[in-house]
Amino acid sequence: MSSTFDLSEVSLRELNRSLHEASSGTFRITNPRGAHAVAAGIDADIAVEVDGSVGYYCAGMHQVGSVTVNGNASTGLAENIMSGTVRITGSATMSAGATGNGGLLVIEGNAGARCGISMKGVDIVVGGNVGHMSAFMAQAGNLVVLGDADADLGDSIYEANLFVRGSVASLGTDCVEKEVRLEHIETLKRLLEAAGMSAEPGDFKRYGSARQLYNFHVDDIDAEVQQKVAK
Amino acid sequence: MSNQQWNLRESYTYDRNVIAEIRRAANTGIYRIRGWGAKRELPTLDDLVFLGASMSRYPLEGYREACGTDVVIGAENAERPVKLDIPITIAGMSFGSLSAQAKEALGRGANAAGTSTTTGDGGMTSEEREHSATLVYQYLPSRYGMNPDDLRKADAIEIVVGQGAKPGGGGMLMGQKITERVAQMRTLPEGIDQRSACRHPDWTGPDDLEIKIIELREIVDWQVPVYVKVGAARPYYDTALAVKAGADAVVVDGMQGGTAATQDVFIEHVGIPTIAAIPEAVRALKELGAHRRVKLIAAGGIRSGADVAKALALGADAVSIGTAALIAIGDNDPAYEDEYQQLGSSAGYWDDFQGGMDPAGITTQDPELSARLDPVIGGRRLANYLQVLALETQTLARACGKSHVHNLEPQDLAALTVEAAAMANVPLAGTSWIPGQS
Ligand SMILES: Cc1cc2nc3c(=O)[nH]c(=O)nc-3n(C[C@H](O)[C@H](O)[C@H](O)COP(=O)(O)O)c2cc1C
Repeated sequence: MSSTFDLSEVSLRELNRSLHEASSGTFRITNPRGAHAVAAGIDADIAVEVDGSVGYYCAGMHQVGSVTVNGNASTGLAENIMSGTVRITGSATMSAGATGNGGLLVIEGNAGARCGISMKGVDIVVGGNVGHMSAFMAQAGNLVVLGDADADLGDSIYEANLFVRGSVASLGTDCVEKEVRLEHIETLKRLLEAAGMSAEPGDFKRYGSARQLYNFHVDDIDAEVQQKVAK
Repeated sequence: MSNQQWNLRESYTYDRNVIAEIRRAANTGIYRIRGWGAKRELPTLDDLVFLGASMSRYPLEGYREACGTDVVIGAENAERPVKLDIPITIAGMSFGSLSAQAKEALGRGANAAGTSTTTGDGGMTSEEREHSATLVYQYLPSRYGMNPDDLRKADAIEIVVGQGAKPGGGGMLMGQKITERVAQMRTLPEGIDQRSACRHPDWTGPDDLEIKIIELREIVDWQVPVYVKVGAARPYYDTALAVKAGADAVVVDGMQGGTAATQDVFIEHVGIPTIAAIPEAVRALKELGAHRRVKLIAAGGIRSGADVAKALALGADAVSIGTAALIAIGDNDPAYEDEYQQLGSSAGYWDDFQGGMDPAGITTQDPELSARLDPVIGGRRLANYLQVLALETQTLARACGKSHVHNLEPQDLAALTVEAAAMANVPLAGTSWIPGQS
């Protein structure tokens, strides 16, 4: 079953209600004209294709199935994605894939600032560049960037892996370059293939946490002095 | 005290607390992190009194005549508005900061009293969903444990911008409490000192927030209300912007508000007291024609029916309690005095919620300590306490001649201090003087 929703004729509410009620099928959305929250909250195995550019939070909290945007997206594309796939042929502005828990987000163009911020397990593949403060506080998952990364990449990062093929303007606090091991080459191969992008896994550098911020550093001079006295 | 000690004079500037803190800082090199709320003396609702009915207005019969206490939140936007029997809710406190038993006790008590509980910075546990008839799901900057399935299970969504104990700061949970389950729920390494994000990752400012609220409503198919919680710093502007963004309710948490773990310097020096925050929030609501339509929930240092009634008289629709609810279920219980002393504290002073060693089994993740709290008994204690708050609120409302607690108004109040008169915008007792106005 394939249905088309023309957003110049139906309301956002009508569109999302229909998508939430569907349990299978493919859906085409035309004339999105930058609408917000398009195809947000999909929780059934359906395939959605959007012809045109979308506003904020497209495919927000996406859970299963696929959403493809033939155009660009504004803030919060696929924010908190749980699983399934979201793909965009153009570029995304800020906070793409923010807090994503799982699944795959593919951005064929560039991503703006804070791509993958607080990511919690999602895999994000960006064909172009990512903006400043990408992967800020990233907790888990993989961010693969075929282009360059702007300033403060991976600031305050936890256990996420960041792979960048191009240059990195600067690393954020507690983010360091790390060794690329066989397992990382395998991850890169798998993600590049899933994203349908051709690149040589060996060309990427890996960045991750120096783990210096994980715990407070607490002194205890009193205890030391007591020990000395005891001796 | 013997005569010999009469020559000992404690410095006002460097009192024993100050000296202890300087020594502690010099020993450890780290700021003091603790739970509870502001401990220093602040202007409070105690500085207001009710003007009971007299010749010009007549009271309602204290025990018999009806005096409504119900609150409905989100009737305009939500298919399933939140309906509360009493105007007192249980504030957001996470599993993680609290034990599973404590969360269960809060749920049981709230159910019995006909009110809601709230999740916290760490997601929703199946146990708390099960034990809370009306559960508000917090949507925080960290988004720990945030997922759309739980979002759809919630009876309301509360977007947390800030908290009274630390407006401008994020959550904190120290390593002792990041157990395997807590770490897993939050996707964090076990045992780290968690410092949550203080800004939302995918929206900045009120225009974005408006779109965020639409997204959340779309995801839950407009079923439940959306609240916005702010720490009281600029309540006039924050309330106005929350209304503009489309919130069904604004939670304003004053600087007395409790916390599970925050820097002491933050708790004691950031934000404004609840008595000053409520009138500012109400002013914004009134100017926008939104008072009573968009609900105002006031929090921070609410301890008694008097506090509830005064908050309502100043224009709030409901209040929210954290610390008092924990005390009701057993926090700082004198029965554990020996153990508090072993921990370098005493019943009535205990505020090391961050340390996870709570003898009462409430602010801990230790299985043995948690097991000390009987959630059924704790729930009954909370239900009793909530009943007392509601009865006291009604008592004061009836004395002022009101058939619903929401009919209380600033004209029912007088201030005992010039400060309270200025902050609460009610006349100094015995005068018609409101500083700055007349
Ligand atoms: C143990 C504890 C944990 C808390 N956790 C959260 C939280 O996760 N999210 C939040 O918005 N506020 C949290 N708070 C603040 C409460 O929601 C509420 O704003 C505050 O307790 C109200 O002030 P009161 O304690 O004086 O009643 C917590 C408070 C306490 C005491």
